[in-house]
Amino acid sequence: MDVKAVRDAFPILHQEVNGHPLVYLDSSATSQKPASVIDKISEYYRGYNSNVHRGVHTLGTIATDEYEGAREKVRKFINAHSTQEVIFTRGTTTSINTVAASYGRANLQEDDEIVITPMEHHSNIIPWQQIAKETGASLKYIPLQPDGTISLEDAETTITEKTKIVAIMHVSNVLGTINPVKELAAIAHKNDAVMLVDGAQGAPHMKIDVQDLDCDFYAFSGHKMCGPTGIGVLYGKKELLKEMEPVEFGGEMIDFVNLYDSTWKELPWKFEGGTPIIAGAVGLGAAIDFLNEIGLDEIEEHEHKLVQYAQKQMSTIEGLTIYGPEQRAGLVTFNISDVHPHDLATVLDAEGIAVRAGHHCAQPLMRWLDVTATARASFYLYNTEEDVDRLVQGLQTTKEYFGDVF
Amino acid sequence: MSFNNLDTLYRQVIMDHYKNPRNRGAVEGDHLTVDMNNPTCGDRIQLQLQVEDGIVEDAKFDGEGCSISMSSASMMTQAIKGKSVDEALKMSHVFSEMMLGNDVENDNLDLGDIEALQGVAKFPARIKCATLAWKAMEKGVDEEEA
Repeated sequence: MDVKAVRDAFPILHQEVNGHPLVYLDSSATSQKPASVIDKISEYYRGYNSNVHRGVHTLGTIATDEYEGAREKVRKFINAHSTQEVIFTRGTTTSINTVAASYGRANLQEDDEIVITPMEHHSNIIPWQQIAKETGASLKYIPLQPDGTISLEDAETTITEKTKIVAIMHVSNVLGTINPVKELAAIAHKNDAVMLVDGAQGAPHMKIDVQDLDCDFYAFSGHKMCGPTGIGVLYGKKELLKEMEPVEFGGEMIDFVNLYDSTWKELPWKFEGGTPIIAGAVGLGAAIDFLNEIGLDEIEEHEHKLVQYAQKQMSTIEGLTIYGPEQRAGLVTFNISDVHPHDLATVLDAEGIAVRAGHHCAQPLMRWLDVTATARASFYLYNTEEDVDRLVQGLQTTKEYFGDVF
Repeated sequence: MSFNNLDTLYRQVIMDHYKNPRNRGAVEGDHLTVDMNNPTCGDRIQLQLQVEDGIVEDAKFDGEGCSISMSSASMMTQAIKGKSVDEALKMSHVFSEMMLGNDVENDNLDLGDIEALQGVAKFPARIKCATLAWKAMEKGVDEEEA
């Protein structure tokens, strides 16, 4: 992979922040966008902005073709069986909420169980808490191993015949843990439960094959994979989606509307009430083209090398703690002795280095780690070893800066 | 941005309050307790106030957070102790304006160490850290009056 050529595709990277060349290490929060994605969105608004699936005029036809073309790109990207299984949503959060509100509400009752883990992002905890309260079902957690992984033995004992839904993140946004979602799906299915994978940190960074994983639902966001904000995907197996009720009602998603009753459109449109996120979907299509051109395997390999280098370099800093397992996705979450992560992030920012500091929308996991906050450097295809070196330098500076205090 | 800029944020007096917080702990006797957190970053503070006849007789805090939020809490408790509730609220207003970078008539209020936090105004991402303790105080006083 030619990282320099990749970097050249991202206009935002070529700027100074606070007098230093920008080092962007916050891609787990949101990735940067290549010019091809920005241009595609601009092209849509300048060239053929129209509503989709209605009217007969030419622009409307182009917009519809582009919108549905993006759906086909997503289908191929995750190897779904059919475009009927690809629903455009606002993002991972909306995707998970849709499953909780539709599948959950219809299939959960008292004594049923929903199984998740303590490492989940809030967006894969709260929808289940809410639907559990509403239906009387209970929420169970597969415990974490000391290194921040989950064991299949624990999964076997936590997931039982009472379990109706298993919802687990593919990759932890804090620990970098890559969860064995294929094996977990098999355990779920053995117990007649469905498996939802929160793929927000998975789909951008590795090749996804939903048929091979055999998960029932896979949720992810466009903005973490070089696409625009406001667009995401819910993949669901057709036989499940067919039985599920929509959660948003209105235009676009109907078949016949009578005075007192209505019927729904076919899949996937019955889940896309209202004017859809057309520019977002078109932009996501361009992002998928961009990622495919480089290759997901290449990207994964690049991030793997980078995170190994980062772990090695960062472990030379005295007082630095890295959280999570040795084998990890492309991110490092850490703390430096007594320096609070916000203070650390402020000093790094003064050096032009963007990292995340806080609880990373994972408060239960922060309590498990027994910290209130952490700092996180996350990598993507455009990051380099020089970025890691700048980070390590910045961390040394931080230590020096606060050195006389602690 | 150079370290000079960072130095306007991390003034020595701030680091001193962070390292040696004043009024950390619990108030003895009658008091009201306010819990407040900053959900976007996880900082949290518990503030205890003893208010008698409109005077803040005692103020103590506990919590976890960055140097700015904890030093601000330390300074705030120091500043409002012995002041009337009205004065405390006036100080809070002056402080908010200071964080917005606005000049404000401070009616000869003695802000003491708090002025050291002036530099926070240049770091928009950190203003919420500095105002957390003051927001907690306002909430407490509000509940007391209700």
